[in-house]
Amino acid sequence: MSANLEHAEHHQPSGIMRWITTTNHKDIGTLYLFFSLLMFFIGGLMALVIRAELFEPGLQLVVPGFFNQMTTMHALIMIFGAVMPAFVGLANWQVPLMIGAPDMALPRLNNWSFWILPFAFTMMISTLFFEGGGPAAGWTLYPPLSLQGGNSMPFVIFSIHLLGLSSILGAINIIATILNMRAPGMTLMKMPMFVWTWLITAFLLIAAMPVLAGAITMLLTDRFFGTSFFTASGGGDPVLFQHIFWFFGHPEVYILILPAFGIISTILPTFSRKPLFGYDSMVYATASIALLSFIVWAHHMFTVGMPLAGELFFMFATMLIAVPTGVKVFNWVATMWRGSMTFETPMLFSIAFIVLFTIGGLSGLMLAIVPADFQYHDTYFVVAHFHYVLVPGAIFAIIAAVYYWLPKWTGKMYDEFLGKIHFWLTTIFVNVTFFPMHFVGLAGMPRRIPDYAVQFTDFNAIASVGAFGFGFAQVLFLYILYKALKDDVTVGEKAWDGAQGLEWTLSSPPPYHSFETPPKVE
Amino acid sequence: MSGSYYIPHETKWPFLSTVALIILFVGLSNYLNDESDLTLMFTGLALLMVMIYGWFSYVIKESESGIYNAQVDMSFRWGMAWFIFSEVMFFAAFFGALYYARELSLPWLGGDGAKVSTNIVLWPQFENVWPSNGPANYGGDFIHMKAGGIPALNTLILLTSGLTVTWAHHGLKEAKRNQLILGLIATVLLGFIFVGFQAYEYMHAYSDLNLKLTTGIYGSTFYMLTGFHGFHVTLGAIMLTVILFRCINGHFTNQNHFGFEAVAWYWHFVDVVWLGLFVFVYWL
Repeated sequence: MSANLEHAEHHQPSGIMRWITTTNHKDIGTLYLFFSLLMFFIGGLMALVIRAELFEPGLQLVVPGFFNQMTTMHALIMIFGAVMPAFVGLANWQVPLMIGAPDMALPRLNNWSFWILPFAFTMMISTLFFEGGGPAAGWTLYPPLSLQGGNSMPFVIFSIHLLGLSSILGAINIIATILNMRAPGMTLMKMPMFVWTWLITAFLLIAAMPVLAGAITMLLTDRFFGTSFFTASGGGDPVLFQHIFWFFGHPEVYILILPAFGIISTILPTFSRKPLFGYDSMVYATASIALLSFIVWAHHMFTVGMPLAGELFFMFATMLIAVPTGVKVFNWVATMWRGSMTFETPMLFSIAFIVLFTIGGLSGLMLAIVPADFQYHDTYFVVAHFHYVLVPGAIFAIIAAVYYWLPKWTGKMYDEFLGKIHFWLTTIFVNVTFFPMHFVGLAGMPRRIPDYAVQFTDFNAIASVGAFGFGFAQVLFLYILYKALKDDVTVGEKAWDGAQGLEWTLSSPPPYHSFETPPKVE
Repeated sequence: MSGSYYIPHETKWPFLSTVALIILFVGLSNYLNDESDLTLMFTGLALLMVMIYGWFSYVIKESESGIYNAQVDMSFRWGMAWFIFSEVMFFAAFFGALYYARELSLPWLGGDGAKVSTNIVLWPQFENVWPSNGPANYGGDFIHMKAGGIPALNTLILLTSGLTVTWAHHGLKEAKRNQLILGLIATVLLGFIFVGFQAYEYMHAYSDLNLKLTTGIYGSTFYMLTGFHGFHVTLGAIMLTVILFRCINGHFTNQNHFGFEAVAWYWHFVDVVWLGLFVFVYWL
């Protein structure tokens, strides 16, 4: 070990300053995860405001303007505040452990990419208390509606700029770490799947986030400096915004799911006690999904009046994505096939992920079909679709990852019985919440509207009950985490007997600097 | 080897930089909302400058003390390369807007393809000719910026500066100190001359051509593309100036000079973006 490392440990400050000034990947990973958990509950409360209002037809609790602010902020917070930071937090903790590195490649940059987040979100959420309220045009910020917002608009745009900066810096760091910090002998095709999926996700982030920055910069100049990017009378086009936005937005969708694929590909082999089926094809499938994600964006805008050739191209390109995704689902099922399976909480969440994510994937395939999408567009069917891929998709994977690696991070084991209760409550209520949305969507209920026709009442009431049940189930999750940390059920190096990988060769919790001497990978 | 990877101690710069950024953006937002003047924004900007100065000097000091090994150097290289890629994608958004306006939205407004009724119903008198400020003649009649003259001269200047920085790099690698410093001085001067010409061109456009940011889609794409590029050239020239002073102070060796190379990469990047601008904004 070098003198520099010793030097670093001697100087470690304590208390709040430790967290503000830390350059350690585990500290920063922990910060990310706690921040994400906080945002998950704030965004969740907003979802409950929405579901409470939609419990029955008519306007009961909130005024429509506030309802629109809730739908907008719920999305922004869950995407940029809950899911993305959770994945970055997992990457911070796990990538150095899994590739045998002492830390992330660029530790100061790592600190910066985290600390931008709380400030940017404070700025964004504070707009809810402005006169005129927060942003209310939906998270997609389509002009001309978004240009008509109140004083919140520049604050929201700059906060998104900052979030983008944070994501790009984080992604650069992760790529540099993976490409440059692997232990000797760990070739690219020996990397754990989670590392692979994050490498590809980081590439997507660096390619997509600057495009979002460009799009919202144009919004800002259109509103305040008299440019006409999105004004037809000046020669621009509001639809141009949609193209640029979704050129970012579709890769963003995969940014929100590829790390989840990596997590599931890690957990399934552990509890099936078999290696991952078709590792190489998993890598190629992930890369194919990422590349395809750049040529499918306009499937979000089939109804804006694109030329027929465009509709056809984006329809077929979108349906093509089902092929590599199918490869992945097949490989997951084949990994479990004839395995010595046990059903601990992370495994339960992973299996539910496969089933429920596939439902979301299949409804996505329905939405990809242009003539069908003309009917589904902007209905609750779309809401059901993307919540199926994001909640029992991304969120389930994150929860599974936390249960799976918590013993490694803390050296403590959670309460398996409570974990299973948490799993069943979450899984039942997630379906109670989102499954009925398929029905009201197909029947024509539009999204982002605080009121609805009476024939949609029953399914909406069911969905609202499900949402509150889901919310309370997550309070149990908090309690389980608290109990695990408080109780003294310790684990050894290898918390799961079927687990593979370098992280399980370290103590639980691992030393402050993970691998000071790089391990040799055969 | 890998065991001696340098992990920095705790750092205050990122957190303080974020505070500065937030002050800057809150100040700018308030200004845009007509709630305040630019005092707060400039406070944030000044703080940010201090932070950048502090952070970079610290890193330079570390670098000069020789604690970065080859692996750390490689991390920096990957970091800079991917950062430049993110910048490429940022410009791609604006080039995409230019493409869309010229190839799709303006022809459609002119009644092209299936959009005949758009033209007939909305602006029957509108004909699609580039450059255009749209069917409502935003900003009034204007004269567009020709590719000859200043833009052509600026192309020559930037391309030459790309050569001089490479010449300086060779000087560094072959330990020819005079060649290094002369090459860098030439590059910095050419960079600032470029920015000066660009500023002159803007004044000319505003006062003589009635070509403004508000001149419809042509003005929007023209100023946003050239403006962001000019901003990047300015940043690059400032970075080159820092490198010049570091070279004068005897920083860098012929083996170890990532700072120089990172700025040179950046300089070539703004050079290439300019070629795109020259072709698609000025020339075609």
